[in-house]
Amino acid sequence: MNPANYVILSAILFSLGAIGVLVRRNAIIVFMSVELMLNAANLAFVAFARMNGNLDGQVAAFFVMVVAAAEVVVGLAIIVTIFRSRRSASIDEPNLLKY
Amino acid sequence: MIELMPAEGVFSLIWLLIALPLLGAGLLLLGGRRTNSWGPYLGVLTVVGSAALAVVMLLAMMGQAAEERSIGQTLFTWVFAGNFQADMAFQLDQLSMVFVLLITIVGSLIHIYSIGYMSHDADKRKFFGYLNLFVAAMLLLVLANNYLLLYVGWEGVGLASYLLIGFWQIKPTAAAAAKKAFIINRVGDVGLSLAIMVMFVTFGSVTFSDVFGQASEAGEGIMTAIGLLLLLAACGKSAQFPLQAWLLDAMEGPTPVSALIHAATMVTAGVYLIVRSNAIFDRAVWAAAAVVLVGLITIFMGAIIGSAKDDIKKSLAGSTMSQIGYMIFAAGLGPVGYVFAIFHLLTHGVFKAGLFLGAGSVMHGMKDNVNMRRYGALRGLMVITFVTFMAGYLAIMGIPPFAGFWSKDEIIHAAFERSWVIGAAAILGAGITGFYMTRMIAMTFFGKARWEDDVHPHESPSVMTIPLIILAIGSTFLGMALLFWGNIETWLEPVVGFASEPTQLSATTLEAITLVVVLIGAFIGWRQYGAKLVPIDAPRGNWLTRAARRDLYGDLVNDVVVVRPSFALARWLTWFDSSWIDGVVNGSAAFVGGVSGRLRRTQSGFARSYALSMLGGAVLIVAALVLVRLS
Amino acid sequence: MIEGNWGEEIVFWVSGGLAVLGALGMILSKKAVHSALCVALTMINLAILYVANSAPFLGMVQVIVYTGAVMMLFLFVLMVVGVDSSDSLIETLKGQRLVAIVLALGLAILLVAGVGAGLTDVVPVGLDETNGVDGGNVQGIARLLFTDYLVAFEVTSALLITAALGAMVLAHRERWLPRASQQELSKARFLGPGHPGNLPSSGTYARHNAVDTPALLPDGSPSDLSIPGPLVARGDVRPIDHHEVEQIESLGGGPK
Repeated sequence: MNPANYVILSAILFSLGAIGVLVRRNAIIVFMSVELMLNAANLAFVAFARMNGNLDGQVAAFFVMVVAAAEVVVGLAIIVTIFRSRRSASIDEPNLLKY
Repeated sequence: MIELMPAEGVFSLIWLLIALPLLGAGLLLLGGRRTNSWGPYLGVLTVVGSAALAVVMLLAMMGQAAEERSIGQTLFTWVFAGNFQADMAFQLDQLSMVFVLLITIVGSLIHIYSIGYMSHDADKRKFFGYLNLFVAAMLLLVLANNYLLLYVGWEGVGLASYLLIGFWQIKPTAAAAAKKAFIINRVGDVGLSLAIMVMFVTFGSVTFSDVFGQASEAGEGIMTAIGLLLLLAACGKSAQFPLQAWLLDAMEGPTPVSALIHAATMVTAGVYLIVRSNAIFDRAVWAAAAVVLVGLITIFMGAIIGSAKDDIKKSLAGSTMSQIGYMIFAAGLGPVGYVFAIFHLLTHGVFKAGLFLGAGSVMHGMKDNVNMRRYGALRGLMVITFVTFMAGYLAIMGIPPFAGFWSKDEIIHAAFERSWVIGAAAILGAGITGFYMTRMIAMTFFGKARWEDDVHPHESPSVMTIPLIILAIGSTFLGMALLFWGNIETWLEPVVGFASEPTQLSATTLEAITLVVVLIGAFIGWRQYGAKLVPIDAPRGNWLTRAARRDLYGDLVNDVVVVRPSFALARWLTWFDSSWIDGVVNGSAAFVGGVSGRLRRTQSGFARSYALSMLGGAVLIVAALVLVRLS
Repeated sequence: MIEGNWGEEIVFWVSGGLAVLGALGMILSKKAVHSALCVALTMINLAILYVANSAPFLGMVQVIVYTGAVMMLFLFVLMVVGVDSSDSLIETLKGQRLVAIVLALGLAILLVAGVGAGLTDVVPVGLDETNGVDGGNVQGIARLLFTDYLVAFEVTSALLITAALGAMVLAHRERWLPRASQQELSKARFLGPGHPGNLPSSGTYARHNAVDTPALLPDGSPSDLSIPGPLVARGDVRPIDHHEVEQIESLGGGPK
């Protein structure tokens, strides 16, 4: 069982998350895609920790989780605030910062 | 190599010769209206003072031995830059002595004359200031001991002539004539400055003693170049072909100006330059030949133009052009001619000044009318003017024993010493001189009166006639005095060299032939203008007359060759600047604007587009990393 | 890891497959709630994979924090925003979809190629020894956290506090008008349109207290006001029992 498999899986999940960010219009689904990308990165960290034989990778994954949680909190609060004033959760709506 | 004696005794005041008129100019020009009442008299006094001092120095110099007559006085070091040094230093030798005398004595007489001539002019203080400035600059020119200081004086007389020709600035023709004189002079000045530069490069110094001492060792090509450049400078200042167009227009200035600048002194600066640089021209044979050719062309040009002009001053100007041509011609002949060029210069200075001042006197009596077709039968009403004018007339014709006879015939003799062809041409020129001068006096003093209705001719006041008398005496006796009593040949020989070669015909034969040709010319002139009635409206005349009235198309040539191409070039440059250079600048601005206009459309406002470009960038970086790793 | 360890292979392929399926489901679902559930599926499978990689602590944390807290948070916000809100699947930006898929595909290929090229001959060291050093995975991670990564740990705690504060500030609603008192509220209720009282609870003459059973009015007809709107819209209203209608009639003094 080649541990590289896990890294390849992580790459696939990461790309799927990237597609999700770019293709979906609902802000919350975009956010979930970002979370997916972070999870893919975590998987890679854990796989490498196993490959190298020390726990630094797992500690890094731990920190990623903590920071992602904090980020989700603040990000969703922002989405709620925007929704309150604009009554829409689409990320294509606020497009005034253009030429 | 002439050794310069130190300036002792009266010669320690050489600087004062220049300082007096310069002081006068400064006081009069900077003092303003406060000096209006006594200004003109101060102007006269300064020049008279310089004249007196010059006479004293002449007497002292005559008492010295011939080898010791070159005095040098250094005031201070003016330019000291690396290898180059030029001092504010003067060289008073036999050549500059005669020039100083000419400038100061003739200048004093003209200053006195101007008191009467300009008495009604409101700006006469300025006039005397400018005249003093001119005298100071001219003295600096002839007293300098190096070419750079000579150039300062050269420019100074150019400036003074501009100020004086355009003295009546309100007249557009006068202002244009002043500009024309200055610009054409400038062309000649380019020649002089280039010559100085070449001299510095070749000899390392521009002092006369250094340049002339090393002249024999330098290459002939370089010396020819210097000679031709000096000839260009002389053409500009002395109104020789091809830079002659300004002299006739310069008659716009007041008559004393014409007398001083264009007859006696400034135009002779070119002759001085060539004669002073005799060491260079002795070495560069082709340059000397060019000098002779230029002089010869100008003799005929001036004579033909002077024969067709109805304006008395312009006719005299043509005559000046022709006579300076004689001097330049003589200077180009080499050691056989240098002395006689100066001799003729001195006599010409006196009698031409007399002729100009006499013309001014006639104009004064005829209410400033210059048209000779409106003169006639003035000999009874303006007696002194008539007599003095006749003295000048006989001198310029070369009738013995008047002054011009001695100097001009020596030139013709020197021409024959070199080649009989140019000698014959010189005699022909003398014949034409006879023609136009006789025409002038016939139209002015003889014949029937053709005056306008409100003109009452009268004699001029004595402040004007006394200088005329003095100049007439000079016109009569100066030639004989310089040749026999002053020994002009031996006087100038140490400076310019003198040689004499045998001619096929004897000197007396040549003089006789010349006299006959001159009298034939005078006879033709008398028959045309003295015996026949002179019509008031100028008749059409043949092609030569019409050409001569238009200055032998000199202005036309200048216009086509220089003026129009310059304007075309200026217009093209303006177009080039506004369309190409401005175009480049504006184009680059427009380019930047255009590019940024295109680029800003990438800012669509949609966050997903930005995210897409971010992903694109990330993919590129990953690709680069992977490819580098894999290779 | 160990030659012939097919158990891990099976776990990998099953969990990994489900994770990828969950990710695809997230991208492709029309309704937002379905996307959230698919993401939860992915995350649980990832937790399984962590455990398979000798990271039991992380696996548990993944379940508790991510699937438990973060995804629930997502679902709450979806509630606020509107559960019904669905994206139309028509793309408004020209070329966005195509370029996104191409780029992401390219990224995947590059990463796989890079990984594949770099890790073909690597023998994993394995975490059995390391986990045994301190007496377990949790203890090992704890050792690292409180020694090597202590500063990062403390900073992260500050970050969490800041995030909580930020969320409070952002979600705060400013009160612009003074709070309506009890009296004003009941005044408004009586003066305004509509029924001033409460909605009838499940049944005047109700025999059941279920939300989907309509209350009967005195004449035996069901009261529209007693069933919440969504249930009516969904057609989840329970039919009336005739028995009860008769009972009410008898209570009311016979049929009218």
